[in-house]
Amino acid sequence: MNVMLKVLKYDVRDLVRSRWLLGYAAFFAVITDALVRFGGSSEKALLSLVSITLFIVPLVALVFGTVYLYNAREFTELLLAHPVNRRQLFGGLYLGLTLPLALAFVLGVAVPLLLEGLDDAGQRVPFVMLLVAGAALTAIFTAVAFLIATRTEDRLKGLGVAIAAWLAAAVVYDGLVLVAVLVFGDYPLERPMLVAMFLNPLDLARVLLLLQFDASALLGYTGAVFRQFFTGISGTLVSLAALAAWIAAPIVLGVRAFQRKDF
Amino acid sequence: MIEARGLTKQFGALPVLRGVDLAVAPGRVTAIIGPNGAGKTTFLKMILGLTRPGGGTLLFDGHPVNGDCRYRARIGYMPQLARFPENLTGRELIAMVRDLRGAANPLDDDLIAALALEPQLDKRLRTLSGGTRQKINAVLAVLFRPDLLILDEPTAGLDPVASSVLKDKILALRGRGVTCLITSHVLSELEELADDVVFLLDGRVRFAGAVAELKRTTRQVTIERAVAEMMRRGAEEAA
Repeated sequence: MNVMLKVLKYDVRDLVRSRWLLGYAAFFAVITDALVRFGGSSEKALLSLVSITLFIVPLVALVFGTVYLYNAREFTELLLAHPVNRRQLFGGLYLGLTLPLALAFVLGVAVPLLLEGLDDAGQRVPFVMLLVAGAALTAIFTAVAFLIATRTEDRLKGLGVAIAAWLAAAVVYDGLVLVAVLVFGDYPLERPMLVAMFLNPLDLARVLLLLQFDASALLGYTGAVFRQFFTGISGTLVSLAALAAWIAAPIVLGVRAFQRKDF
Repeated sequence: MIEARGLTKQFGALPVLRGVDLAVAPGRVTAIIGPNGAGKTTFLKMILGLTRPGGGTLLFDGHPVNGDCRYRARIGYMPQLARFPENLTGRELIAMVRDLRGAANPLDDDLIAALALEPQLDKRLRTLSGGTRQKINAVLAVLFRPDLLILDEPTAGLDPVASSVLKDKILALRGRGVTCLITSHVLSELEELADDVVFLLDGRVRFAGAVAELKRTTRQVTIERAVAEMMRRGAEEAA
């Protein structure tokens, strides 16, 4: 068994005993349960969950990820004093946080929904997509958090950058897109908007999820454009591939920063 | 065992090491001393490969310290601060490091008994006091029978009993030919441990040699007074 899997094994054991992680899973369980009970249909519950997931998952992954790596700083140094390869240690630390976080989200959402049962079989795909997108967002933003924490020596500054990254992706970005649409409304904007969507993983995840529902009104400008370009299953596949690229990019950058870092 | 030639390091605009030339003899206890910010910890971290040299060369047993991590199988390290995954137990932590090492050779876990750690090993690490965690650090440092033992302020945070147990252990290991590098602010405790002294000041080696020689050149009877004398002379030269 290599170093990455060993670190992963003990990290997971550490984290599943953490109250934070339990609280995170419980949060989604309670919200999901309430939405299913009081929302009437499971389709409505799923749609509400999309918004909550897009909002909460990146925030928690970013904040939890940076704090986690900073707290593990001394322990990381201790492990690196042993014959341990840096790249594998980074991989172990990353998966050791990402997998439990993603699992907490998946269980928190899936268990109440499955207990109540989906209204009809047509919702199976949106349901699975919600879980996939939530897990992918966890993987993306944990990797971004690790990148930030590796490159920023000062903990407070690192946390600030993480929150700024969340604000940029979740709030500011949409605003900028809207402004761009207003200012350049006289020009053909389809292609720039399509590019803009791929540049923000949150936007990408939103479009991927809303493509699964009959809710075009919620797609927004970029999503509407996207639907023109990619119809049917191709849209789903393209956005899933783009999400995978979004997971890989910060991991690659993070590993590089970790390998060059002076502890 | 360790040879440094013209070792430099800069953090941003701040030079920490400004050309360190040093040879650490095998089988001896070498104390690295110097005021805060003199570069002691940076030097130790370079030996461990935690920090990369800005310039110069660093040899471990004749081989340059570079990206390859295998040489660290021969090193035991006890850092200044002990922070571990909070929800693991001491026993799990030791098992984890052992797993990572893939260590097959018989372990040296005498310290667990000597430090009376056994009853603490099944508690979560979060609940242990700083001193107890530091004891676990000491256990981990000697566990794999290292050829080189690096201790950064080992007795800070340890009670007198634990601290003397650790010192006995260091002396016993030296008897078996283990090389030790120690930094400490408590110069009096180095008195009974150190064979050689390296005095770092402003990122340079100010003195390197046997304890007896240090005392002779400064005409003092204790390491503490000898170092004080040396710093005074340094200040005079600078003035």
